[in-house]
Amino acid sequence: MSIKEQVITIIADQAMVDPTDVKMDHTLADLGIDSLGLVESIFAIEESFDITVPFNANDPSESDFDISSVAAIISAVEKLKQEQSK
Amino acid sequence: MRRVVITGAGTINPLGDDVATTFAALREGRCGISQLEIRDVDRLSIQIGGQIKGYAEADHFNRQQLALYDRFTQFALLSARQAIAQSGLTFSGELADQSGVVLGTSGGGLTTQDENYRAVYEEGKNRVHPFIVPRLMNNAAASHVSIEWNLRGPTFTVATACASSNHAMGQAFNMVRSGMSKVMITGGSEAMLCFGGIKAWEGLRVMSKDACRPFSATRNGMVQGEGAAVYVFEDYEHAKARGAEILCEVAGFAMSSDASDIVTPSKQGAARAIAGAVRDAKIPVDSVGYINAHGTGTAANDKTECAAVADVFGHHADRLMISSTKSMHGHLIGGTGAVELLACVMALRDGVIAPTIGYQEADPECALDVVPNEARDADVDVVLSNAFAFGGLNAVIALRKYS
Repeated sequence: MSIKEQVITIIADQAMVDPTDVKMDHTLADLGIDSLGLVESIFAIEESFDITVPFNANDPSESDFDISSVAAIISAVEKLKQEQSK
Repeated sequence: MRRVVITGAGTINPLGDDVATTFAALREGRCGISQLEIRDVDRLSIQIGGQIKGYAEADHFNRQQLALYDRFTQFALLSARQAIAQSGLTFSGELADQSGVVLGTSGGGLTTQDENYRAVYEEGKNRVHPFIVPRLMNNAAASHVSIEWNLRGPTFTVATACASSNHAMGQAFNMVRSGMSKVMITGGSEAMLCFGGIKAWEGLRVMSKDACRPFSATRNGMVQGEGAAVYVFEDYEHAKARGAEILCEVAGFAMSSDASDIVTPSKQGAARAIAGAVRDAKIPVDSVGYINAHGTGTAANDKTECAAVADVFGHHADRLMISSTKSMHGHLIGGTGAVELLACVMALRDGVIAPTIGYQEADPECALDVVPNEARDADVDVVLSNAFAFGGLNAVIALRKYS
């Protein structure tokens, strides 16, 4: 599975929807994922990709990790994987 | 209904190992949060806390006692020793049967659990010390206080996360007020600054890596602390008859449940507890001069708490003072309400309002007088102490000046 597919699977699991219903421009709120769901999703991403995601729930917008849409999350994970392989 | 007064107070917390030192630190706005000194700290992403530094358990307890006393029990016993000494009470006969202990804690003997799980899982040991269960149990502190001072009446532990101490003191208050007990030893204790205790909190992503800055627009989360505070709650007539020094009166208490989300706070739930405490104290709402806030320094708590205060007090919200001393001692979780009540006692006794330190920038969503950075002299007659726990459980205590 590609990074994209894996992230979509994680988000779909959290939203309790089919992966095919997750669109790239969806926000997590669109998918009904609340703040706890977000923290759980990030945990699942860290575990799946063996990365550390810089994220503070007190100020998600200030964190280095862009969670504004599904596409943003995928590219943030790709970036973190890339940095890891350097 | 009987009047209830406080005739003794004791503490050990990141700001000091007694009440006088703690008051001095609160007045000075001293910060007790620093780099954690614990095993495996390098594996934590959060490495600061309100840790009690320079504490040597062997200075206070012998080897047999230490086999039974987790750190949270030690803190409770040291605090109770000061409080009961100040009250001048000794417990025997009928008074002993009518006096008890209610303490709050969230983690109980978490450090004992942490160390022994490490021994059996990580180090592969197949044997643990015989007293691990009595050492780690949540009621250990309350029981040891009861044993040490012969308190033979109602004794138990309350565990409601961050509201544990306020819930405990609320029970003690109502037990004395109803005539069920003459004296209750009450407060709370916490010692969660071990690897597992912090690792679990890290997971929630609500912790700050640098400082606790309640109400400041720049706040970025909570910081854990450890310690205890314990009080003597006494029937007023009993205290007066024996000529005891009265620190202040416990005027009211209320609790509520948000019944909504397991971690996100609710304005309505908080407001019902605050309004309830004012109503229970039978005081006009504009008599409240100071509130010791729950003020965790998280985005969600501080704005919700300010909105709740604005709702309950209306125009008076702009005249009262509200500060969060967690900026100095950190969040003592199950012990926090007890240590924070010290700031309330100081406000009534000494006319000094403890500041919210680390305050950098105003947040329009927290537009109250948060007593930023410096303590203030003020004459207040009634004060409140807020506690709003994970699980949506709220508990607010009202204290009144004794004259």
